[in-house]
Amino acid sequence: MSRIARRFAALKEQGRGALIPYLQACDPDYDTSLALLRAMPGAGADLIEIGVPFSDPSADGPTIQLAARRGLKAGSSMVRVLEMVARFREDDADTPIILMGYLNPIEAYGHARFCADAARAGVDGLIVVDMPPEEADLLDGPAVEAGLDIIRLVAPTTDDVRLPVVCGHASGFIYYVSITGVTGTRTASSDELAAALPRLRAATDLPVAIGFGIRSPEQAAAAVRAADAAVVASALIATLEDSLDEQGRATPDTLPRVLAQLSALAEAVRSARKA
Amino acid sequence: MSAADTSGAERGVAEALPNSLRAGPDPRGRFGIFGGRFVAETLMPLVLELDAAYAAAKADPAFRTELDYYLKDYVGRPSPLWFARRLTEELGGARIYMKREELNHTGSHKLNNVMGQILLARRMGRSRIVAETGAGQHGVATATVCALFGLKCTIYMGATDVERQKPNVFRMRLLGAEIVPVTSGAGTLKDAMNEAMRDWVTNVRDTYFLVGTVAGPHPYPQMVRDFQSVIGEETRVQMQEAEGRLPDVIVAAIGGGSNAMGIFHPFLDDPSVRLIGVEAAGRGLDSGETAASILRGRPGVLHGNRTYLLQNEDGQIDEAHSISAGLDYPGIGPEHSWLADIGRVEYVGATDDQALDAFQLCTRTEGIIPALESAHALAHAAVIAPTLSPETLLVVNISGRGDKDIFTVAAHLGVTL
Repeated sequence: MSRIARRFAALKEQGRGALIPYLQACDPDYDTSLALLRAMPGAGADLIEIGVPFSDPSADGPTIQLAARRGLKAGSSMVRVLEMVARFREDDADTPIILMGYLNPIEAYGHARFCADAARAGVDGLIVVDMPPEEADLLDGPAVEAGLDIIRLVAPTTDDVRLPVVCGHASGFIYYVSITGVTGTRTASSDELAAALPRLRAATDLPVAIGFGIRSPEQAAAAVRAADAAVVASALIATLEDSLDEQGRATPDTLPRVLAQLSALAEAVRSARKA
Repeated sequence: MSAADTSGAERGVAEALPNSLRAGPDPRGRFGIFGGRFVAETLMPLVLELDAAYAAAKADPAFRTELDYYLKDYVGRPSPLWFARRLTEELGGARIYMKREELNHTGSHKLNNVMGQILLARRMGRSRIVAETGAGQHGVATATVCALFGLKCTIYMGATDVERQKPNVFRMRLLGAEIVPVTSGAGTLKDAMNEAMRDWVTNVRDTYFLVGTVAGPHPYPQMVRDFQSVIGEETRVQMQEAEGRLPDVIVAAIGGGSNAMGIFHPFLDDPSVRLIGVEAAGRGLDSGETAASILRGRPGVLHGNRTYLLQNEDGQIDEAHSISAGLDYPGIGPEHSWLADIGRVEYVGATDDQALDAFQLCTRTEGIIPALESAHALAHAAVIAPTLSPETLLVVNISGRGDKDIFTVAAHLGVTL
């Protein structure tokens, strides 16, 4: 059983949903980003998504665009991202790590070499935003071979004909993009989520995570009441951004502030189904 | 028989030939390894819907009739094929003809494509149009048809380009479009494309994304090529009338590659016709400040398709550079990438300085002020024409008029306007 499957199975036994925080690699620098990554499980992260900085993040809103730019400026590259994951794995063997990003840096690295190196570093799953199932042939084989899950995005526009096709290619969990739009903008209403989930449940047995537009502990709690996991990205990055000095460097406040926010989100997620 | 009728019959034949180079893309939108549909899941259903809608429109004679009406009476087609006598004499060598796309309404070839897509958007019931623009030629063409049909129009334009293409920005505003300057990245066409895609993914229900070149997710490269192929179809007929045979060489400038694909495509199966695409070499192919994606790029994935891209070893996309805002893009249409790999089309570069010289040469000898984009094609024509025999028939695609560029050119010549 993969690390992702094990984690979701354990949480199911505990009767609670998962919190999946996101950070952009090397934002604002390698050391801060690694320290944040290492501290996240202690603050309540059940799985972690690491954004791989890309020069042209066309599905991301302003907050993650700026984070990607900071990451690239601080010297992020695929090699550095994998190195960061390997460092994290030195003292955490259980928390699943998912890399989220765009296809071109993977193509540049080489599909097969990337999957092998990512698995060796301790990566568990991949979310490739601009790679729909129709274009996954070059990555699917190497990913399966390396034991990496390919996590599929499902959107509100994914219709009933298409949904089984998308879910059929998925492993790990399904990432439900709860709004039509870029990251970090609008939030889906509870009604919208309640309407979307039965459709997804009918199409897949995989756990479902909800992302895009979840900012507050209340929204995270609502997400895990409707589904199996809540992804929080832009809200955490906005806090990180706000903690930086005028030159965009980390300050003593950076880690404590982001981690405090993460703890509050985790508490809400853990108590969501008790109320 | 009109140019369109002739080519329609010819295309039917070409598609029936198993060895035709004009049969692409495959059903997945691939030209060899290039093309495809690399978009976020939110957009994927829309891209598939567009593919079906375009196939239906293409099969509907009423769509063709409607498009032909607008191309003739609104765009002003056919555009002339002009024998450039003084330029031919000055260069000494090949007989130079100019395909006068700059005479179209709005001053460039862009309206050919925009007219086709706006009719499609109307068929699909979309009420709002978004588009990206570099030099502003595509933006102006898009704003124009939105005015014509009373549709809401938002144009994304890099902040740098807004600055260097002020006349076109003003034109678009007059036409009723909302212009959104994009400040991310270097503020050029690539960044405008990112922002237009973000708008589209946010406003999927009512919005049509009107792509201006032969790039993006399938079916855009094919659809834009089809709408632009009127350039080559007319050239075929017109050269036949003027000289009684096909041209020997066709030269066109390439940014995304729509004017080049439009004039090349009807000739792909004619091996006697040498096709040359001229990329913007910027300050030189090896200066690090270039827009020559095929000559200096590697295959990768950006903006919905796999194609040659200027990128670093980590797969981060480089900023392009060209004096011409319309060529200032680090990618190229996927069909060009394929034609380069199979060797059917030659790709060469022309620098900013060569384009400036050609801009002045054309203006002085023919009384035609070409767009800086087109000046790149003229620059290469000026290099090869003297090496060719006087019987050689060389066509240069004058994709746009240069009035928009006089401020840029003046600044480079040290003149204050």
